[in-house]
Amino acid sequence: MPTDKCRAIYCLLRLSSRNLFNHRSDSNFQYLYQFRGFRNHIDTTSRLLEPFLAHPKRNLRICFHPLREDMGSSLVSAKISGHTNRIHCRFFGSGSTVTKRNPVFSTINADDIAQFKEILGEKYVIQDEERLLAANTDWMRKYKGSSKLLLQPRSTEEVSQILKYCNSRCLAVVPQGGNTGLVGGSVPVFDEVIINMGSMNDIISLDKVSGVLVCEAGCILENLVSFLDNQGFIMPLDLGAKGSCQIGGNVSTNAGGLRFVRYGSLHGNVLGLEAVLANGIVLDMLGTLRKDNTGYDLKHLFIGSEGSLGIVTKISILAPPKLSSVNLAFLACKDYVSCQNLLLEAKRKLGEILSAFEFLDGNSMDLVLNHLEGVRNPLSPSTHDFYVLIETTGSDESSDKEKLEAFLLRSMEGGLISDGVLAQDMNQALSFWRIREGVPEALMKAGAVYKYDLSLPVEKMYDLVEAMRIRLGPAAEVIGYGHLGDGNLHLNISLPEYNDNVLAQIEPFVYEWTSKHRGSISAEHGLGLMKANKIHYSRSPESVHVMASIKKLLDPNGILNPYKVLPPSLAS
Amino acid sequence: MKIMVAIKRVVDYAVKIRVKPDKTGVETTNVKMSMNPFCEIALEEAIRVRESGRAAEVIIVSMGPQQCVDTLRTGLAMGADRGIHVETRETLFPLSVAKLLKALIDVEKPELLIMGKQAIDDDFNQTGQMVAGLLNWPQGTFASKVVLDKEKQAVTVDREVDGGLETLCLDLPAVITTDLRLNQPRYATLPNIMKAKSKVIKKYTPDELSVQIKSDLEIVQVTEPPKRKAGVLVSSVDELIDKLKNEAHVV
Repeated sequence: MPTDKCRAIYCLLRLSSRNLFNHRSDSNFQYLYQFRGFRNHIDTTSRLLEPFLAHPKRNLRICFHPLREDMGSSLVSAKISGHTNRIHCRFFGSGSTVTKRNPVFSTINADDIAQFKEILGEKYVIQDEERLLAANTDWMRKYKGSSKLLLQPRSTEEVSQILKYCNSRCLAVVPQGGNTGLVGGSVPVFDEVIINMGSMNDIISLDKVSGVLVCEAGCILENLVSFLDNQGFIMPLDLGAKGSCQIGGNVSTNAGGLRFVRYGSLHGNVLGLEAVLANGIVLDMLGTLRKDNTGYDLKHLFIGSEGSLGIVTKISILAPPKLSSVNLAFLACKDYVSCQNLLLEAKRKLGEILSAFEFLDGNSMDLVLNHLEGVRNPLSPSTHDFYVLIETTGSDESSDKEKLEAFLLRSMEGGLISDGVLAQDMNQALSFWRIREGVPEALMKAGAVYKYDLSLPVEKMYDLVEAMRIRLGPAAEVIGYGHLGDGNLHLNISLPEYNDNVLAQIEPFVYEWTSKHRGSISAEHGLGLMKANKIHYSRSPESVHVMASIKKLLDPNGILNPYKVLPPSLAS
Repeated sequence: MKIMVAIKRVVDYAVKIRVKPDKTGVETTNVKMSMNPFCEIALEEAIRVRESGRAAEVIIVSMGPQQCVDTLRTGLAMGADRGIHVETRETLFPLSVAKLLKALIDVEKPELLIMGKQAIDDDFNQTGQMVAGLLNWPQGTFASKVVLDKEKQAVTVDREVDGGLETLCLDLPAVITTDLRLNQPRYATLPNIMKAKSKVIKKYTPDELSVQIKSDLEIVQVTEPPKRKAGVLVSSVDELIDKLKNEAHVV
């Protein structure tokens, strides 16, 4: 028996923070603990771990870090002989370079809890295990923290008091909205206190003349959309997660979405915001003016900084007027070059009425049709290699429809489109959008997924998908879809289970490829935990240095969302 | 064999309806309009029958103002062969529509009339039955399955009724009104949209068909249903009984 290696396992088990099992109590899953480098010793390892893992019913506290993904995934693997109850644990990390919990941060004690209860009231200080489990886990179930405390402030004043206290005690915090982020930025890494903004969900005002909406950060995007709909306005952003995501989170991550090609970035649409700094100071930048050139425009620091510079509490956003005529076409193209040319033509011929231009490849379509209910291919029975969704929004129904039809027919005659359908009513339009918006959901159902969100020059976008396919071969399915209109590719690699070898083939190849073509390794999802060490692929060291200085200035103790966004090495 | 399908242009199913401030009706200006979903199903069924070779032609009919032509174009894009538009600015109630349909059927002589069971704007569910009565044709309403037998000149219809499913065999010519589960309508593909541009839409007026449109119904008032009040948590059984007695008046 290799005793020193076994000792190492024990050390790892002890070192890691306490964690409850991710009880995916599905008896079809295997106990998969694959420890990198120990694969050859699986049998001996399993004999060792058996006393720990033999009785899952015992309240097991095996400690594992949710570790940084770039170190390669390490799942400690042990086949428990003869045991039928199996749980699948998915954690990432490696034995040698572990993200350690920063010892500078304090741990929660009873005094802290009493203090929070005084600030918020008993009801809004949550220590209930079930709710904590949900708040500790991200949407993809890829990242899992071990926070013991969830706070739900209901006013900016409460947020300010909480942060002031946490800063004085050096307690790390994680601001959390709808928890729909895809890079692990919204859940704790260790035991950071979760500050959930969901209870601050008032709509404060809407100016019907200028279309400026002022609301609190915890408003769910879909609720804002319904509210504005009644008043004749729309939100300038739209994304698949709208039923759960909160506007504070959208702003903090500078969310892009489906309407980006028409309404632009949140940097342009957010007119003002109110944020609370790490030391509790409230920065009121909640202007509602379109133009205000007085001094440095600080709000832009908070838009996209993923909660690492301050917690956004209120937002004022410009809502575009709701236009009555919306048309949607679902088209098929024979190759990627046609998709590109179609985009160029659409920007010219549809011009001001173009409001969305999305694409998905044949593999994405197959995935959606196989895994989602109630979805059918609008162009069945034929299948194509590429599909494009074009949406137009304008004020005149008949002229828009005419314009769109003329454009489509001409494109068809020109060979850019091989087939297509035009939605005749809103239900059909919703079903087309369901296909495009349903791809992430279908990926989740298909098993494990490695997700990459890249900005690339439009001509090069699909080259990466094809390069990745050749590179990975039959081991995994590579699909590409995304906001073609903005040059944003969502590259996803789908396999039945997470796999070290495949990951090693994907990273850092994908980042290097993107960097070589001067693209961005994170177009809209942000850096979060997943890409905290990757910023150098897309930003110069001097810029990163200035970013670190700003972080140090606004959050000297580094309590806001630590271990994320910027490389942790710069934090000290 | 000719099949005639009647379609109606209504407020789109997915739109949130608002009542006009003067309570005379529902807000229809600047609101998305499209083909009634049941009419779509009816048209889909007619096209399928034609594709199976049992019919030669599908004619669609719509009645109302000029904008009905858009709906007819959609129908032609789905695959109908030609369209008929009865242009009128009057409000049409089921009996008037039935009379107009009878007049058209006397001209075109189809063997099958397929319609949606009801329109989603007025939910009358009367027109199909009235036409059958005026023509003295057999009717199969709420159809969830339609099987046409050309040799026997009959059609077998499964109807969705309160107790379950009822199967009827009707001699042609007949009237069928369609229910939700009959089929899933196809999308209007671009090649078909292109072809539809050259298909013919014939215009008629009620006078040409010798039908007098009389409003036999008058809409008195349209109001929204009362808003549902939020639930109330009661703290004791006594309070519950008190509320049931004095507020809800059910005890």
